[in-house]
Amino acid sequence: MTDMTVPSSIRTDAPARRTASLHGWGRTAPTRAQLVTPRDPEDVAEAVRTAGDRGIIARGLGRSYGDPAQNAGGVVLDMPALNRIHAIDPDTGVADVDAGVSLDQLMRAALPHGLWVPVLPGTRQVTIGGAIGADVHGKNHHTKGSFGNHVEWIALVTADGSVRELTPTGPDRDLFWATVGGMGLTGVIVRAKVRLHRTESAYFVVDTDRTDDLDGLLELLTDGSDDTYGYSAAWFDTTTTGAKLGRSVLTRGSLATVDQLPEKLRADPLKFDAPQLLTFPDVFPNGLANKLSMTAFSELWFRKAPKRQRGSIQNITGFYQVLDVFGDWNRVYGSKGFLQYQFVVPMGEEAALRRIVERIAHSPHKSGLNVFKRFGAGNDAPLSFPTEGWTVTVDFPIVAGLSRFCTELDELVLGAGGRLYLAKESRTSPQAFAAGYPRFDEWKAIRDAADPAGVFASDMSRRLELTL
Amino acid sequence: MIDAVGNPQSILLLGGTSEIGLATVRAFAADRALRVVLAARPGPRLDAARTELERLGCGVETVEFDATKLDTHADVVKQAFAGGDIDVAVVAFGLLGDNERGWTDVEHAVELAQVNYTATVSTGVALAERFREQGHGSIVAISSVAGERARRSNFVYGSTKAGMDAFYTGLTEALREHGVTVTIVRPGFVHSKMTEGMDPAPLATTPQAVADVVVDAVRNRKELVWAPAPMRFVMSALRHVPRPIFRKLPI
Repeated sequence: MTDMTVPSSIRTDAPARRTASLHGWGRTAPTRAQLVTPRDPEDVAEAVRTAGDRGIIARGLGRSYGDPAQNAGGVVLDMPALNRIHAIDPDTGVADVDAGVSLDQLMRAALPHGLWVPVLPGTRQVTIGGAIGADVHGKNHHTKGSFGNHVEWIALVTADGSVRELTPTGPDRDLFWATVGGMGLTGVIVRAKVRLHRTESAYFVVDTDRTDDLDGLLELLTDGSDDTYGYSAAWFDTTTTGAKLGRSVLTRGSLATVDQLPEKLRADPLKFDAPQLLTFPDVFPNGLANKLSMTAFSELWFRKAPKRQRGSIQNITGFYQVLDVFGDWNRVYGSKGFLQYQFVVPMGEEAALRRIVERIAHSPHKSGLNVFKRFGAGNDAPLSFPTEGWTVTVDFPIVAGLSRFCTELDELVLGAGGRLYLAKESRTSPQAFAAGYPRFDEWKAIRDAADPAGVFASDMSRRLELTL
Repeated sequence: MIDAVGNPQSILLLGGTSEIGLATVRAFAADRALRVVLAARPGPRLDAARTELERLGCGVETVEFDATKLDTHADVVKQAFAGGDIDVAVVAFGLLGDNERGWTDVEHAVELAQVNYTATVSTGVALAERFREQGHGSIVAISSVAGERARRSNFVYGSTKAGMDAFYTGLTEALREHGVTVTIVRPGFVHSKMTEGMDPAPLATTPQAVADVVVDAVRNRKELVWAPAPMRFVMSALRHVPRPIFRKLPI
């Protein structure tokens, strides 16, 4: 790591520092912190060494919905400033990148080599550090696992201000896996090596199926066909009840080979074209996302999908990251913001799953962009969210009564042996969080040993009592 | 921390037996269990408050607090924060007093001024320092419509609330850049032990109704609210009534 470390004694200037009000993607619960923009890993180490009583936390592109990347009264590191791609090895497919590199940036750099980012969440506006810290997953979780499964090496600035190199099977493997999904509370990831996958094209071959209810969806996802697709996820309706409860549009696909592409795309199969069509201004009133608009939206979304379609060629924004064509789409929910509720319940808990979907459908809380997916097996990280089962994601605008409603959902989820996702979490109790993660104490012991003084802290760690 | 749906995890009640204050804690506790710090004079009322809140699932700590002992206030606030961040602090203590004694008996006048004004300022300064350090949270000051325009029947109390109201209004601005919200709550006549035996004024309200106003204000980061809400317009009108007419109004 000698190339990364500059002795602080020769430093004469300090990195940029300003007070900033920070919130997550849900635009709720803002707090104030000192935002430090590091120029290199040594700036990160120095900020950690001088953090002060309120501690320090790394922040990427702010796509977590709640409060993991804010630290009231303390220091927050503005990590996208460290955004160098050091190397992409076309032979091994390993990318060596700074933690502030975004998945969008990495994808654009990797594609010309015929390499593909192995795990992509619903947005590419996520940093490598954030992708590891939240152990993000994508539509290919059932075939490729979560982001941490593809990380070979992490450079972590720990509480003492030193840089530690971690690998998944090396002597520091406990800290490696505590860092995967550890929400930045084990240290600051400054650099990582990620194994990319080979692809012939940047397009997907997509099959679409509409189902009339939740049972129809579960049937398609358990008849064995799901494993024949690299990528699979469904949109489902939370505004319909009865015979139409959980009606859905299931889209599944795999990266296309050149042979599968139509003639006109074969000339440039790795072309990556993902324009941002428009950015929403901050003018939306509260209450626009209501029962009426969500019901109308859901009806339209269901109707516009083909009942059954096979072999459609789609690009990444068409098949995968629809919302990435809009900038600041979270503004649509108005100044009160919104929360995203994502949980997973294990396989075999379909009855509980059905009760939860019913509970949502019969509630006054309506959500438009709902995702349903089958997860494959989880990984070794104690706080990694994905585990074999069913995951559901819904968005709720903040209104009176939402708190109690989400608490009821927590009880149903935990009762079914499920858990909540920290990258989305913004309102649960420490007890409800911990109840979903049986290895929480193990994680905490590793974390506390690496940071006995509690240097790493965030609003989330205080709210959910994750640290000392 | 105050979470995405506006629920705090911890609340400090300065005036730990105040009916409005306790109703506010109960209103927050209805949505999630809280860590509550009650700062008050020890006694059966404080014990009863603790027992009741513990029954609601709250963890309760108590700190001995006497509003007239100004030099202890910094330490009281320090003790209140010993268990960690305080997300919401409610400045809920005060004395209504007797208006006629209040302008004829200097001891009583000074007592009202000290408790309602000086002590709210000294605790306010200590709270401001802590909240500034933690970079988040909400301070709620229970003021009164009596401070908006002095009335013959209630001007001593009104004058102390006017001072308190102005201090916390300024604190709202001073703490804004530190990520802290200060909310001034101006209740009208509240049916409580403080007003027992008095004739209720129009738009009289209850501690529970004031608490609901406080909870809504904290959740939506409002800086100035009246309880009940229409009192805002009543007071706005009353402020502009000419004196010869105002003194004849039956208020």
